[in-house]
Amino acid sequence: MSDKRIKIVEKIFDANDRLAQQNRQRFDDSNTYAINLMASPGAGKTTFILATINAMLDSNVRIGVIEGDTAPVTIDSDKIAAAGMPAIQVNTGGQCHMDALMVESALEQLSLEELDLVIVENVGNLICPASFDLGTHSKIVIASVPEGDDKPYKYPNIYRGLDVLIINKIDLLPYLDFDMDYFRQGVEMLNPGLETFALSSKTGEGLESWLTWLKNKLPQ
Amino acid sequence: MHELSVTESILEIACRHAEQAQAARVTDVHLVIGRLSSIIDDSVQFYWDLISKETLCEDARLHFKRTPAILTCQDCHQEFELTTELTPCPNCGSARIRVLSGDEFNIESIEIERKS
Repeated sequence: MSDKRIKIVEKIFDANDRLAQQNRQRFDDSNTYAINLMASPGAGKTTFILATINAMLDSNVRIGVIEGDTAPVTIDSDKIAAAGMPAIQVNTGGQCHMDALMVESALEQLSLEELDLVIVENVGNLICPASFDLGTHSKIVIASVPEGDDKPYKYPNIYRGLDVLIINKIDLLPYLDFDMDYFRQGVEMLNPGLETFALSSKTGEGLESWLTWLKNKLPQ
Repeated sequence: MHELSVTESILEIACRHAEQAQAARVTDVHLVIGRLSSIIDDSVQFYWDLISKETLCEDARLHFKRTPAILTCQDCHQEFELTTELTPCPNCGSARIRVLSGDEFNIESIEIERKS
């Protein structure tokens, strides 16, 4: 019997990354822009999506939403459906993040060719979702000001691969000790020049700049 | 975090390569994990012991090699290693920093016993 060492050097996330690439191809083929929306629980992901949908109702943009939750609840997808847009609820079975496979199976239930935009609302978590490419065109994180200004320092990985940062609930700034300069310095160290929109999904303040960015990304 | 799914991937990759090499069993699995990959060794080991049973990797030892996170300043081009927490450039104080390495999460190699 001979012992042997076999050199491999394979990325452990390769299987997911390959599947993510296939998802991206499907989005491209149907001319649909796709967003992976990440945030901690309670940052206002669903409210932000609803505010975006409502603001775009007049523009005939067709939006589909894939809702990831760790428990078999349809609270979020019901809200999206009530706003008149198709929503697919994905139960991750307790898993702390969505992966490319979950998005692939959700896509089976969406008529992609009828959609201009798909938003994947990831599981509320600032750690695990950062490691898994879903095959979307952009990754967006919502940081809400009640979470505190130290989050970029505590959860650096999620800020690094981002394309857009939303600072949500700015209507609460007068009531909180949130140091915007400190927060932004942390973000700048992780992701220099990151596109950032400070807004309130609730009052609508600041929403317009975000919508302008988004509309420029959508198929014309 | 998501150590179970990560461990499943490690097992799949190791078993696939072992089968290709017509191994009788895998004795060692060498992993390279960058400092910025939030993976807990003990947790991977825990799942590994459970899910590797009755596979080619049963009883294989996991080896974790941690690699440092190297950052570079985009203003003065100083390279430095991430120590405890994120800080501005130690040379010029700039906050414009880019990560050069530390994200690795690879299976580097496996050691096998061949069928006699």
